[in-house]
Amino acid sequence: MSNDIIDQCVAQGVPFAREYGGMLANRSFGGAQVSRTFYAKGQTGQQLLLGAYSSLSAQVQTGKVKLYTRYEMEDVVIVDGHARGIIAKNLVTGGLERFTANAVVIATGGYGNAYFLSTNAMGCNCTAAIQCFRKGAYFANPSYVQIHPTCIPVHGDKQSKLTLMSESLRNDGRIWVPKKIEDAKALQAGTKKGSDIAEEDRDYYLERRYPAFGNLVPRDVASRAAKERCDKGFGVNNTGLAVFLDFSESINRLGIDTILQRYGNLFDMYEEITDVNPGEVANEINGVKYYNPMMIFPAIHYTMGGIWVDYELMTTIPGLFAIGECNFSDHGANRLGASALMQGLADGYFVLPYTIQNYLADQALWPKVPTDRPEFDEAEKGVQAEIDRLMNIRGKRSVDSIHKELGHIMWEHVGMGRTKEGLEEGLKLMKALREEFNTNLFIPGTKEGLNVELDKAIHLRDFILMGELVAYDALHREESCGGHFREEHQTEEGEAKRDDEKFFYVGCWEYQGDDTKAPELIKENLEYEAIKVQTRNYKN
Amino acid sequence: MAKNISFTIKYWKQNGPQDQGHFDTHEMKNIPDDTSFLEMLDILNEELIASGEEPFVFDHDCREGICGMCSLYINGTPHGKTERGATTCQLYMRRFNDGDVITVEPWRSAGFPVIKDCMVDRSAFDKIIQAGGYTSIRTGQAQDANAILIPKDDADEAMDCATCIGCGACVAACKNGSAMLFVSSKVSQLALLPQGRPEAAKRAKAMIARMDELGFGNCTNTRACEAVCPKNESIANIARLNREYIKAKMAD
Repeated sequence: MSNDIIDQCVAQGVPFAREYGGMLANRSFGGAQVSRTFYAKGQTGQQLLLGAYSSLSAQVQTGKVKLYTRYEMEDVVIVDGHARGIIAKNLVTGGLERFTANAVVIATGGYGNAYFLSTNAMGCNCTAAIQCFRKGAYFANPSYVQIHPTCIPVHGDKQSKLTLMSESLRNDGRIWVPKKIEDAKALQAGTKKGSDIAEEDRDYYLERRYPAFGNLVPRDVASRAAKERCDKGFGVNNTGLAVFLDFSESINRLGIDTILQRYGNLFDMYEEITDVNPGEVANEINGVKYYNPMMIFPAIHYTMGGIWVDYELMTTIPGLFAIGECNFSDHGANRLGASALMQGLADGYFVLPYTIQNYLADQALWPKVPTDRPEFDEAEKGVQAEIDRLMNIRGKRSVDSIHKELGHIMWEHVGMGRTKEGLEEGLKLMKALREEFNTNLFIPGTKEGLNVELDKAIHLRDFILMGELVAYDALHREESCGGHFREEHQTEEGEAKRDDEKFFYVGCWEYQGDDTKAPELIKENLEYEAIKVQTRNYKN
Repeated sequence: MAKNISFTIKYWKQNGPQDQGHFDTHEMKNIPDDTSFLEMLDILNEELIASGEEPFVFDHDCREGICGMCSLYINGTPHGKTERGATTCQLYMRRFNDGDVITVEPWRSAGFPVIKDCMVDRSAFDKIIQAGGYTSIRTGQAQDANAILIPKDDADEAMDCATCIGCGACVAACKNGSAMLFVSSKVSQLALLPQGRPEAAKRAKAMIARMDELGFGNCTNTRACEAVCPKNESIANIARLNREYIKAKMAD
């Protein structure tokens, strides 16, 4: 199917890189030892999205699709046990609108923004998915959260967003921290720069620990290795939470022109943000030129968990489908580079169009559901009541200040290295934070018209519930696997230790009627027929 | 190391497209200069909300320069001044000095009505794309991608055109409110690739017609668009669009 996707995108006019002979070019990516990833500069995802957008626009032109921009889904309407419509908020007028349908498909992305700081766009939220969860859809494997190793480090408490530097940089960039703790201390104090440290004093810890994959180990492995070094005191910036990504060796070997051709736009972006140019010679030691290294640190990037779906991408609510990042399928506990694009496009282009037909097949026999049915009344009233409740709290704190606090709790207790005590503490803090949100939130303005703060507050209400879901799942899963790492469960070398005996299942969570009640666990056992289950080895 | 700066910010307030609008001012104190421009506005909004006022509204989303949502006119330049071009979200406060007066306005163009404050409605760009900014391919029918050989130079040039994010800075900078740089980048991307050739003539005519219909102005080659484009799109694209358009019209 991945070949079909590439063919489809090329036909749309997505400008994938080409070799001189005119064929598609490939390169390597994290978690892979061979060059097998098609790419469009350092912005493949963006170009695939623009390709999909152009095809969508063609359908809008034919009149088959109508776009509702600046709308958000607030609730799913269930009639006789089937999803038959939604309640959406027109963000510009503030009004609620009803939409009736034969089936509902949500394609609303992941929940990374529950951590406040992530590489997700600011508008990404899990409100639609959480509302489906509240209405009875199971939420599967929420603890599987991907932390991307190559992001620009956090620089202060005013930061709103973490910038992802493309993973492609790990093809030619080497990741390191100093070998000597005194060098690390000097870097942290600002008395030394990365380029002052000579080759023999650098610890290329990924190459050291994982000789086979080196700098291209999967994201979770690279992220944890960076955390391990920083926890030991080898961090390279003033916060001690950063490692170097260095191009000196590849620039000296391939020439600056080749490197700039590959990563020039990323170097520019890095310089715009940090005022440091990674393509600039900064020092020469014993005749070897050293360039300014980039500083990077892991950040929340992608969520493998999501709404549970069957092989037809239908949730536990008949007629409600979830596609792309917002469902849990395809990636298991981890996701390798480039495959989110694969899932997003496969679900939309090649899976759902076929599977949804099985559900729609007998729809012609069903009566059309009018929007004045009591189910719509009730759903709209519920959304309206929530909006009124939030507007009328009239406390003292802004949405962002509470969201930042949630982010701290999540990163601290439900982040890269999790423990039983930490997760229990996190759950306690989130419970208290919900109370704070419910009693001390302040939203200026009115519910009529555009009110950005109100919309953010709705998102935050659901991020808190989402955060708890991640913590409940992480607490119960007494093993380490993929995007979930429990410090109690690691090998002597600090690698993830799985427990297939006890946890060989998908952890599905069912809502219990109230946000304050703990969700209930339902297990879906994993059955493999064609492949042998084993643990991947990135060392040799 | 970051240093702190203090400055005055004048920002545009406008309650809907019919409102006349006005500037509000606010003193910003001790802002670290490694803060991004939008994070500085977040701080402004936190201060406004703390005093019970409504926040200043502006569009933003990815905050890493790829989505094309952020759209502020800063001290007379779309996205603010940088040497190599960057979106508003990639503008950092180190570009400003202590004691500055920073003026923030929306994109001003007939094609982009104000929704509120500096949030403008750019769905006109969607409508231009809908007129023809695609190849009419149905999903599931594509031929093998390697059966279409594309010279590397063509692919690279198409890629450069494809980096346009449709932010609308070109329109905001143009004295005629022309959308030619945007339209020409999209037309060029597909005109340079064999997949786009079958519909090239139809596309150029349809997109230009839609652009005119939506009230965007004509190009008089002032190159203001090129100077502010955060993705460094070149006006050579406009020349290519003109060629495509003339070819199409001659064939009529």
